[in-house]
Amino acid sequence: MSAQHPPVRRYRPPAPLGGRRRASKGLLRRNARAFAFLAPALVVIGLFVIWPMISALRLSFTDASGFGREEWVGLENYATVFTDPDILNAVVNTVQYTVLFTPTAVLAALGLALLLNNPRLPFRSFFRTALFVPFVVSFAVAAFAWSYLIDPQVGLLNYWLGGLGIRMGNVLQDPTLAMPAVAFVAVWKLFGFYFVIFLAGLQDIPSSLYEAARVDGAGPWSRLRHVTLPLLSNTMAFVLIFAMIAALQAFDQIYVMTGGGPYGNTQTVVMEIYESGFRKLEVGFASALSYVLLAATLILSLVQFVFFGRKEKDLSS
Amino acid sequence: MSVVATPRRGRRAVKPTTVLATIAVVAVSAVVLLPIAIIVFTAFKPVAEVNAFPPSLVPHDWTLDNLKQVTSDLPFLRLTANSFIFAGGVTAFALVFDSLAAYALARMDFTGRKVLLVIIIATLMIPFQATLIPLYQLVADLGWVNSYAGLIAPRAADAFGIFFLRQFFLALPRDVDSAARIDGASEFRVFRSIVLPNAMPALLTLGLFTFVNNWNDLLWPLVFTTDAEMGTITSGLTLLTGPSGIVPHGVMMAGSLIAILPLVIAFLFIQRRFIENIATTGLK
Repeated sequence: MSAQHPPVRRYRPPAPLGGRRRASKGLLRRNARAFAFLAPALVVIGLFVIWPMISALRLSFTDASGFGREEWVGLENYATVFTDPDILNAVVNTVQYTVLFTPTAVLAALGLALLLNNPRLPFRSFFRTALFVPFVVSFAVAAFAWSYLIDPQVGLLNYWLGGLGIRMGNVLQDPTLAMPAVAFVAVWKLFGFYFVIFLAGLQDIPSSLYEAARVDGAGPWSRLRHVTLPLLSNTMAFVLIFAMIAALQAFDQIYVMTGGGPYGNTQTVVMEIYESGFRKLEVGFASALSYVLLAATLILSLVQFVFFGRKEKDLSS
Repeated sequence: MSVVATPRRGRRAVKPTTVLATIAVVAVSAVVLLPIAIIVFTAFKPVAEVNAFPPSLVPHDWTLDNLKQVTSDLPFLRLTANSFIFAGGVTAFALVFDSLAAYALARMDFTGRKVLLVIIIATLMIPFQATLIPLYQLVADLGWVNSYAGLIAPRAADAFGIFFLRQFFLALPRDVDSAARIDGASEFRVFRSIVLPNAMPALLTLGLFTFVNNWNDLLWPLVFTTDAEMGTITSGLTLLTGPSGIVPHGVMMAGSLIAILPLVIAFLFIQRRFIENIATTGLK
């Protein structure tokens, strides 16, 4: 309100370099400050993620059915996970799905991001919007729309491809085509998300680096290899981890489109977890299976993280 | 956008690579938009045309029958309001809680930071179905089944958002906040006045993703609401398929259109700022 002088800040002499004075008290204060920032998120995650996870771990050693008393059965559920032929089938299918989905989605996203990063391309913002639209469509709606498009009787896509001499037949009942079809729907639905992340990563690369590379006589290919891709490695790690986790947890569109069929050919691990947990009420077994999936995912992600982490370090040194 | 004069380009000949790139992008966009087109057009198609052979994309006779059918079968206004409250509530809480946690993980030094980060990343990999039964029991014990609290509270913070924002905060330059800290600014002040404004593109992106994911989630509202009036538009839509298992394509597509319309409009609305923000971060 009044035109006062700004409050005079008391002069504090700078702490001596490398001073160990009251180091432990400073550490305590630092920790308290950091945990004040972390507390709300930690309470939510602790209560609604970690605690149910611990409960699920306990359940995995029991014959729990979701109701009534449960008996301790030790490692029996885990033994079943590793010996049951249906589970083995689901594991093989999940790996197959992941191998079909992850590289396709990530490469499509990266390729399109590189194309759309070109300032000379016309209608860039229209295409950016168009490519991201599937991400706002639910898996259920996507599954309904694609199922209708590839319907063997009234499917428009089937009809058009038939006109080009490509006969797909009843894709979702075809043991070899059903899996690529459900993986394709996931690529359609999710690549826009990875695309936007790549695009943001590309825009963060300072243009001065490209100019420097150009001055040094680097062509477009060599600029891509030595400037763009190395500087995208952080983004790449992020996208790969998320694409892989999404693939290992595939469920929605498979549930809607094939229900795991034909002949169990699209039955994935999460489909098995859902069926044993909610249909057959084998809660204990479902929990054990989710823990095995969790361990597998964790190991794969750590390998990826370490790999990309090292590359990043090499670059900065 | 820059004020510095750039050498004038003039009307240079269009490069063949640009032409090829344009053709590729047009082709991909056409495939990507085909299912959206089929939803929009089929929603207005009479039943006879929906099941006709040869099939066509655009209806000959436009009809509102499918839309009338779907709005009389379901309480669409209530379901849409529920979707907004659920998805909007989760987004608002998650943005605040996630950005606070991400700031601590990216910018503050404290005991156990690495361990905490690993735990948070690990929770990302938990298949959601794995914790659903214990989580349902917990929400039921709190008396939150069929309530907005039960739908929103378990998602008021999430590992994905924390990890995403942490990556973004790590990339922001640190000179300004060190300067502010030397000037005596509190850690919260640095967070609120320096880091958050610079993180707007990331917050907008994360907000959009969180909203969309929750709006589209199927299993969550199916599990935590048993009352049809408390469901969301996405879970309500599945009621249409019914026990017969026969999907009337026209009605399904009309319902799908209503379910995706608010998101597509919201996205198109945010899109301009979204792209602008991404572009400005690229200029720094």
